[in-house]
Amino acid sequence: MTLIVEGLTIDHGAIRAINNVSFKVPQGQLAAIIGANGAGKTTLLRTLSGLKKSKAGSATWDGHSILDKRTEDLARSGIVHVSDGKSVIAELSVKENLALPGIWRKDKKDVAMATTEVIEMFPILGQRLSQSAGSLSGGERQMLAIGRALIARPKLLLLDEPSLGLAPLIVEQIFLIIKSLVTKKDLTVVLVEQNAMGALKIADEGIVLNLGSVVAVDSANKLLNDPAVRAAYLGF
Amino acid sequence: MNQFITAVLTSLSTGAIYALMSISLVLVWRSTRVINFAQAAQAVLTTYIGYEVITRSGSFWLGLIVAVIAGGIIGAGIDRLFMRQIFKRASSGPIAMIAPVVATTALLGVIYSLIGFIWGISYKTIEAPVSTNGLSIFGSVVAFSPFNLLVIITVTLSMIVLTILFQKTNIGLALRASAHAPEISRLSGVKVDAVRTLGWAIAGGAGSLAGMLYIPGSYLYPNSMAVLLVFGFIAAVIGGLDSLFGAVAGAMVLGFAINFSASYISYKLVFPTAFVILILVLLIKPNGIFSSSKGRRD
Repeated sequence: MTLIVEGLTIDHGAIRAINNVSFKVPQGQLAAIIGANGAGKTTLLRTLSGLKKSKAGSATWDGHSILDKRTEDLARSGIVHVSDGKSVIAELSVKENLALPGIWRKDKKDVAMATTEVIEMFPILGQRLSQSAGSLSGGERQMLAIGRALIARPKLLLLDEPSLGLAPLIVEQIFLIIKSLVTKKDLTVVLVEQNAMGALKIADEGIVLNLGSVVAVDSANKLLNDPAVRAAYLGF
Repeated sequence: MNQFITAVLTSLSTGAIYALMSISLVLVWRSTRVINFAQAAQAVLTTYIGYEVITRSGSFWLGLIVAVIAGGIIGAGIDRLFMRQIFKRASSGPIAMIAPVVATTALLGVIYSLIGFIWGISYKTIEAPVSTNGLSIFGSVVAFSPFNLLVIITVTLSMIVLTILFQKTNIGLALRASAHAPEISRLSGVKVDAVRTLGWAIAGGAGSLAGMLYIPGSYLYPNSMAVLLVFGFIAAVIGGLDSLFGAVAGAMVLGFAINFSASYISYKLVFPTAFVILILVLLIKPNGIFSSSKGRRD
């Protein structure tokens, strides 16, 4: 199973947000899409999860097109997107947030198992099960959002800015968990990040976006050590 | 003392009916951000259907069940065939806000005309299963009837069923999640469109139940539930528009205020009381006194 994006072009109103973007993410790899604010990273991810329509190009997962599908059907088939802004439902309890994928998943035993795994991974969620998600801190919300996605048993996880607005220590913790998901569970992850250094440190491959176009694709290590890329796009 | 107890009981009974109408408005509002003005016409239409069933079968309860089911089907149908198209075609700009309001108002008129076309505009009555005459307590007749008691019991039972549905079942979780955060729900694999249609169906059923419990103490004619729609709406606003608990609480506040002012001062105060409360709530706590919106903003 591979995510293959070819010539993808997306308009945001009258503005071309993503222009002729191509890349591949093989199964079990972590790809980091990095770039400044406004580079089109979020738009790209929203299109891959069916929240936004594309203008041209293709995107396939496991040989099937994912561009003309509904978001909820993609989620059910294992392409799960954790949107930015710590996407939890504030009005529901932590437990209810985690229960959402259990509504449609047939294998209730595995739902229970996945829930236990998530609570072991993020013990703080276990202590806050009956609290409303709106009362959680930013880091806890991000854990809840990722945890909920994992209970859907994703094959391809799309993560939008999980580090946004979090304290450095929490960011490090969340990045380590994302890394462990890829190595332990053979999960494929597309990680969109402004925190380029943090993302490239855990990623296998890096894709640098600038104003809607791909300006560099390489192994994450090489990008980290390429002085030209560092100076132009990574800012360190 | 007698007057006080009677006022409390009638307040509960009228409040219970407002609560049903209020719930049906809130259910639609919180899942689609539409005030369904057509709800009054839907309730009247299904009450006419209930009336036909009762006339033929002689059973009030059969008529009530048929009316509630019909209300659910009509509610779901309006969402699937009508509202969904409007949301698709008028999805952005000022028209996206206006179109649903115009559409439900138009639908109100269309259903009213349809009713007039089929049943005419004459007054009809629905025989209640128990007496609608006031009870006689210590030799004096009070304004509270056995039917009023039945209304309180029926509505209480429906509230219990709805509470269990919303709080304890997966369907209820899907309904709440989709109402609060449709995008996150979709990303979690919830079929938000189907859930929304179900919300319209439950709303339609609740509205129909309100109609079937309201008419036996009154008359059935095409415009017979305009007042119920207005009071249901006021109750929903008092309750914060997006909270089911608020809808019930708002309806009770309204029921008590109306009945006590009518009982102790003058029946002419029914409408002024309702609107004064509405204005006070909007002035003092515009988000409603029981709004469910909460959460840390950071």
